[in-house]
Amino acid sequence: MGAFYIMIGASLLLAVGFLLAFIWSVKSNQYEDDYTPSIRMLFDNTKKKIKKQESPEIKTK
Amino acid sequence: MKIQKQTDVKIVCYHCGEDVENPNHHIKDKYFCCNGCQTVYEIINKCDLCLYYDIESSPGITQKTKVRDGKFDFLDDENIIEKLIHFKDEVHQHVIFYLPQMHCSSCIWILENLRNIDSGVIKSQVNFIKREVTIAYNYNQTSLKKVAEALTHIGYEPHISLNDVKESKIKKYDTTQVVKLGIAGFCFGNIMMLSFPEYFSFGSMQDSNLKTWFSYLNLILSLPVFFYSASEFFISGYKGLRQKFLNIDAPIALAVLITFTRSVYEILSHTGSGYLDSMSGIVFFMLIGRYFQNRTYQSISFDRDFTSYFPLGVSLIKSDYTEKQISVADLEVGDRIKIHNDEIVQADAILFYGNGIIDYSFVTGESIPVEKSIGEIVYAGGKQTAGAIELEVIKEVSQSYLTQLWNNETFNNDKEVIKVSFIHQISRYFTYILFSIALLAAAYWLFYDSSKVWNSVTSILIVACPCALLLSSTFTNGNIIRILNKYKFYIKNASVIEQMSDIDTIVFDKTGTITEQGKSEITFQGLEISNEQSQLIRSIANQSNHPLSKSVISYLPFSKWLNVKNYKEFKGFGASAIINNHLIKMGSSEFVLGNNSVQLNFGSRVYISIDDKFLGYFNIKNTYRQSLEKIVLSLKSEFELKVLSGDNDSEEKYLKSIFGTNTEMLFNQKPGDKLNFIKQLQQKNKKVLMIGDGLNDAGALKQSDVGIAISDNTNNFSPACDAVLSGEYFYLLHKLLNYCRKEKTIIFSSFALSIFYNLVGLAFAVQGDLNPLIAAILMPISSISIVLLTTGLGAFYELKLKKEKLIKVNIQSD
Repeated sequence: MGAFYIMIGASLLLAVGFLLAFIWSVKSNQYEDDYTPSIRMLFDNTKKKIKKQESPEIKTK
Repeated sequence: MKIQKQTDVKIVCYHCGEDVENPNHHIKDKYFCCNGCQTVYEIINKCDLCLYYDIESSPGITQKTKVRDGKFDFLDDENIIEKLIHFKDEVHQHVIFYLPQMHCSSCIWILENLRNIDSGVIKSQVNFIKREVTIAYNYNQTSLKKVAEALTHIGYEPHISLNDVKESKIKKYDTTQVVKLGIAGFCFGNIMMLSFPEYFSFGSMQDSNLKTWFSYLNLILSLPVFFYSASEFFISGYKGLRQKFLNIDAPIALAVLITFTRSVYEILSHTGSGYLDSMSGIVFFMLIGRYFQNRTYQSISFDRDFTSYFPLGVSLIKSDYTEKQISVADLEVGDRIKIHNDEIVQADAILFYGNGIIDYSFVTGESIPVEKSIGEIVYAGGKQTAGAIELEVIKEVSQSYLTQLWNNETFNNDKEVIKVSFIHQISRYFTYILFSIALLAAAYWLFYDSSKVWNSVTSILIVACPCALLLSSTFTNGNIIRILNKYKFYIKNASVIEQMSDIDTIVFDKTGTITEQGKSEITFQGLEISNEQSQLIRSIANQSNHPLSKSVISYLPFSKWLNVKNYKEFKGFGASAIINNHLIKMGSSEFVLGNNSVQLNFGSRVYISIDDKFLGYFNIKNTYRQSLEKIVLSLKSEFELKVLSGDNDSEEKYLKSIFGTNTEMLFNQKPGDKLNFIKQLQQKNKKVLMIGDGLNDAGALKQSDVGIAISDNTNNFSPACDAVLSGEYFYLLHKLLNYCRKEKTIIFSSFALSIFYNLVGLAFAVQGDLNPLIAAILMPISSISIVLLTTGLGAFYELKLKKEKLIKVNIQSD
C-alpha cells in the first residue's frame, strides 16, 4: 500500500509539470497568431546569400 | 463536328494581374500595367526574390496610383519614432507596421524576406490575421523612415496611425483568463479523480491513511483554485456589496467561500472529505461561461475582418471622374470619395475639394461645426453640413470605430429610462429566496436535531447553482445576435433584443423605407431645360443625399459638376445655392413657389426655380417594396401600424388600400413633427418601434423605444438607430421581430430547467445529508444541459426564419 502514496504523488508531480508547460505556452503569446505559422512552414529556406546573424528575439508586448 | 472557339488572349500584368492596356512596359516576356509595377518587379528581381511570383500568381498590388515623395519624412522626428517603436537598445529597434494590402502567402514570404531588400533589417515577422509585420532593424544601418520606404517600394505602404498604441492592451487580459481557466480545469479534474474512491465505496474506505492522504492532496490542489482562479468573483462580489448591490457574482462567491470553508474544516478535523470537487467545479464552469461571453462580445465588435458588419455604401470617384457606389469595406487608402451634405465621413480622409464644414457631435459631443480647409484631415464620424465635398482616404475604415460611435455615450444618456436587464432583477430574487430557504432549514433543524443545522445550511448554499442565470443569458444573447447577422439584421447590443418584446406600435417612415430606394419613374413638367440649366440643377442636386435628389440626378444627362456656393439645405423643405451667379432653388412647392399647390396625381414633386423664375417640377413616382403588402398584412394582426411621411398626401389613397383605412397616416411631416409624434405615442404609454431610413428621421429613431434603419447599401449611417436591416430582407421583418421576442422564452426555459436541478439538489441538501457525488454531478450536468437547451431552442426558432427565406427564394427563381 505504500506504493500507492509514491505513485499518486509522482503522477501528480508529472501532471503539475504539464500544467506549468501549459501556463508557459499561453503566456508566451504563441496563440496570438494561429494562422501565419501554417503558411510560414511551407516556405523554402533560401538563406544562401544571407550571413548568419544573431537574430534578436522579437519582443511582443 | 467540333466548333473551335477563338479565345482572346488577354495580357495581364505580371505583378498585379490587372489588364495591360499599354504594352510598352515590359521586360523580356513579362508585361506590366504601369511603370510602378515594373519598378517593383525590378526591385524584387534585383534582390533575388522572384520566388514571390512563384508562390502565387500576380501577387502584387497595382502601383498605378503613385505615392507622394517625402510622405514618410515625418518618421525622421525623434518624438514620433519614440511613440511608434516597441523596443530599443544601442543597436536595435522594433516596430510593428499595419499593412492592409497583405492578402496572400506571397505577401507573407516577401515581407519576411525584407532583410534582402533593406540590409539594415535583421528580422521581420508577419501576423497575417492582424495584417501586421513586426520588424527588427539596426538603426545605425537604416532608419524607421527607410524601412517604411522600402516597404512602400515593393508595394506595401504601411499605414501609420498614432492611435494603434492602445490596441495591445486587449490581449493581456485574455492570457490571464486562459491561465485561470486552465488551472481551474486541471485542479477540478484531478480532485475529481482523487475523489473517485470516495464515491464508489460510499464513505467507507479500507485504508484510512490513504483516505487522509487523498484529502490532503485535494486540499492542496484546491488552493490555487480558491485563491487565484476564483479571485475575480470575490473581487466583483465585494465591490457590488460595497455599493449595496447584490450582483450576479455575489451568490457564486458565497457558494465558493462556504464550500471551501466547510471542506477545509472537515478535512482538518477528519470528520469528512469535503466538497472540494464541487467547489472547483463551480469555479471552472463559471470561468468557462465568462470566457465564452468575452469571446462573443469580441467577435461582435471585431476590427480587422473581411465581412462588413453592416452595409454602408460610399460614393467612390473613379479616375475618370465618374462615380460608383461601393461598399465601405472595399474602400482603400488613396481612394477618392464624395461626401454629400449631411453624410457622415466613413474613414479618416484629407479634404481636397469643396467647402468642408464638419459637425463632430457624434464623436466629441461638440455641436458647433468645424471649418476645414483643403489639405486638412477630416476624421471618421464627422458629419458634413455644407454641400458635397471630395476627400482622399488616408485610413481604412474601422468598423469597430463606427460601432463604437453607435454605442456612444451621447446617445445612450438620452434614453430617459435606463432599462436594467431583467436578468439582474431575477438574480437578486434568486439570492433572497436562497437565503430564506437556508434560514427556514436552519430554524427547522434547530428545533428537531441541532447537529444538522450547520450541515444543511452549508449544503444548501453549495448545491444551489446560480450558473443558469449567467450562462443562459450569455449564450442566448450571443446566439441570437449571431443568427440575426446571418439575415443582415444588425443590432447595436443585446439589450435591444429585450426591448423588442414590449413593442405594440410600429411606425413606418415613407420615403426610402417602404418605398424602394433608387427605383422610380421620373417625368418633368414645365419649360424646356437648356443644357446650362441642366448642369445647374444637377450640381445643386449633387450636394444632397436625399433619394429625390438622386432621382433628379439620374434623370438629367451627365454633365460636369459646377462650383457651388452658399449651399443651404432645409430638411423636408428644399435646398438653395448660388452656382455661376445664379440662385437655384429646389424643393417642395411651398419652398420654391411659396404656396401649396394642389396635386392630382401620384408621386412626389421636386420644384425648380432659377433666379426666382419658376421652371417646372419633376414628378417622381415611387415604387413600393415588393413585399410591403404581405408584411403589412401580417404585422397588422399583432401591432398598431402608423405611417409618417415628409411628402405630400398624394399617395394617401394607395397607402390606405394597403394599410387599411383605419391606419393613422400623417403627411408633410418635418423631422421635428416626426419626433413629436413618437413622443405623443409614448406619452400614451405605447411602446414604439420606428422604421426609417435614417435621413431626416434620426431624431424620431432615437426617441422611439426601438429604432430600425433600413439600408439598401446607401450612404446613410445613422448612429441614432438601434438596429440596421438590409433592404433585401425587409420581407423578414415580422419573423425577425418574433425571433427576438423569443429571447425571453428561451431564457425562461433554461431557468425552469435549472430550477428543476436546484430543487433536486435542495431536496438532498435540506436533509443535511449531501452526498459529495450528487453535488459534484449535478452542477456540470445542469450547466451543460442549459447550454444545449439554449442553443437548441435558438436553432429551433430559427427554422421559421429559414423557411420564410426559402419561400422567398423559391418565388424569385420561379
